[in-house]
Amino acid sequence: MKGLKIVVLAKQVPDTRNVGKDAMKADGTVNRAVLPAIFNPEDLNALEQALRLKDKYPGTEITLLTMGPGRAAEIIREGLYRGADNGILLSDRAFAGSDTLATSYALSCTLKKMGKIDIIIAGRQAIDGDTAQVGPQVAEKLGFPQITYAEEVVSAEKGKIVIKRRLERGVETVEGTLPMVVTVNASAPECRPRNAKYVMKYKHARAVSEMQNADEDYILLHNNRPYLNIGEWSVNDIETKAEELGLTGSPTKVKAIENVVFQAKEAKVLEPTDADMGELMKELIANHTIG
Amino acid sequence: MNNVFVYCEIEEGQVADVSLELLTKGRKLADDLKCELEAIVIGADLKGVEKQIMPYGVDTVWIASDKRLYPYTTLPHTSIIVKLFGEEKPQIALMGATSIGRDLGPRVSSALHSGLTADCTSLIIGDHEDKKNNKVYKDLLYQIRPAFGGNIVATIVNPDCRPQMATVREGVMKKEILSDAYKGKVKQLDVEKYVNAEDFVVKVIERHMEASKVNIKNAGIIIAGGYGVGSKDNFDKLYELADVIGAEVGASRAAVDAGYASHERQIGQTGVTVRPKLYIACGISGQIQHTAGMEESSMVIAINTDKNAPINNFADYIITGDIADVIPKMIKQYKENTK
Repeated sequence: MKGLKIVVLAKQVPDTRNVGKDAMKADGTVNRAVLPAIFNPEDLNALEQALRLKDKYPGTEITLLTMGPGRAAEIIREGLYRGADNGILLSDRAFAGSDTLATSYALSCTLKKMGKIDIIIAGRQAIDGDTAQVGPQVAEKLGFPQITYAEEVVSAEKGKIVIKRRLERGVETVEGTLPMVVTVNASAPECRPRNAKYVMKYKHARAVSEMQNADEDYILLHNNRPYLNIGEWSVNDIETKAEELGLTGSPTKVKAIENVVFQAKEAKVLEPTDADMGELMKELIANHTIG
Repeated sequence: MNNVFVYCEIEEGQVADVSLELLTKGRKLADDLKCELEAIVIGADLKGVEKQIMPYGVDTVWIASDKRLYPYTTLPHTSIIVKLFGEEKPQIALMGATSIGRDLGPRVSSALHSGLTADCTSLIIGDHEDKKNNKVYKDLLYQIRPAFGGNIVATIVNPDCRPQMATVREGVMKKEILSDAYKGKVKQLDVEKYVNAEDFVVKVIERHMEASKVNIKNAGIIIAGGYGVGSKDNFDKLYELADVIGAEVGASRAAVDAGYASHERQIGQTGVTVRPKLYIACGISGQIQHTAGMEESSMVIAINTDKNAPINNFADYIITGDIADVIPKMIKQYKENTK
């Protein structure tokens, strides 16, 4: 049987889950330096589902697609280390300031350029924005159906895909046709660890923008081993309308940002009185910790 | 035309609470904008559903009823809404930030090229000045939401595209009937004119709705009880507080061993590691085996009768007192401050 052509959409994100007390600078801005850039967790769950399909259906090819700055090539390597076949880094200043819709547009233009695709799998949402919008928005732009909140891709054969979904109050098994966009929940199985064999093979995989200061030997190595070249596409490699890209193509605008800085540096000691509990609740509600 | 629309979710013939909460908010927004509030319900066997909706001050209830439209699948619901919005041109459209609303909303926004803001915690009407283009926009919807893991709160506006779309989680807005006698219009949609045969390519083949499983690992707020909680009755108070403020309940190993909570709620070296934005430690002394599983919490409130308990070293707020006394006061004060 012919394998599937799968594209995994992944995003490099700041690790907002491990925000400690040093995550905010004194001036109230986010201290990005202390937040490591990671593979968005649910995108790893998505990659695992793709890898399981590859285990099940020999000949399946998995391409990791990410949009971001040059350093985002790091997550393509992470994908290669776990069993993805190749990757594309979509990187261009033209995409700067994109909201979810402009991001979806750029991704969908790229996906259209990638030829026939059976399944697009992405994490349900990214931890920096938590919007869960890009998957469905890409699906709409491609005219593909979608299945969100997936916990397990049960099967994908003969043009049909069967998926178990986890919703707030239950589970659902749904069947759809290929091609399909699938978004995967954190409740799905965790991604397998790196495979030592793939780490050896791909540790020198680089995108073009990472090769700028490479010496001759390194360039020669990449010329001799084409699989070490991570595809890097700019706006010129895809067909787009400029007015739909970046800030211009984003219907939503950020009007204001308020930093939720935790004020109390030292522990506040409260009495178990209504007055103190009232103050505590007011504070927690005001800084959006609760409510 | 140019009214406020709310998409009403249906489960077992009932309009979901989150939709009723949005209708309440939608009424307020419509009043501020001096326009009407409209609701759209899509499902099967919807006879009389408007009776659940109109008391919230709804002027028009659009009903699309067809046996193929329940349970929810993405494409037919999208087609109906996209077409209806194309005809009615709402200025604002609200949906629940549920597994339905967060599946449907982005699909609709992508088709209409309208901006969508997920998981808003506050929605208000206000003006917006675009300084760069020297343009002032009157009466936009301020969509206010936490971002960046809850570390910032952003106000989002959609100056040019309509509808301005937002999703809101259940329990964030208040549900309030305006008048049981409120009279609006009912408009039945001819479903055939709004959907295509291809919209039914995804079929639900099995469905089990159940109580959701315990998910303390991803909870934003955790209320954890230790041996010091003292009794199962006192432990129940933690659940009460959790219900009120939208938290999950966790436990220390000692509390699990004492039978106050099940193992799946255990936090610490032999349980799960959690990193919520708020951790309320109740009657937990703070043994290393427990703190190892919660020390990365962004904010910690420690409630303990022992003012020298080691947990206090991790705390941002220390309350020295009895759980049975403190928790009910917290519940009462939370309610008073969120009226």
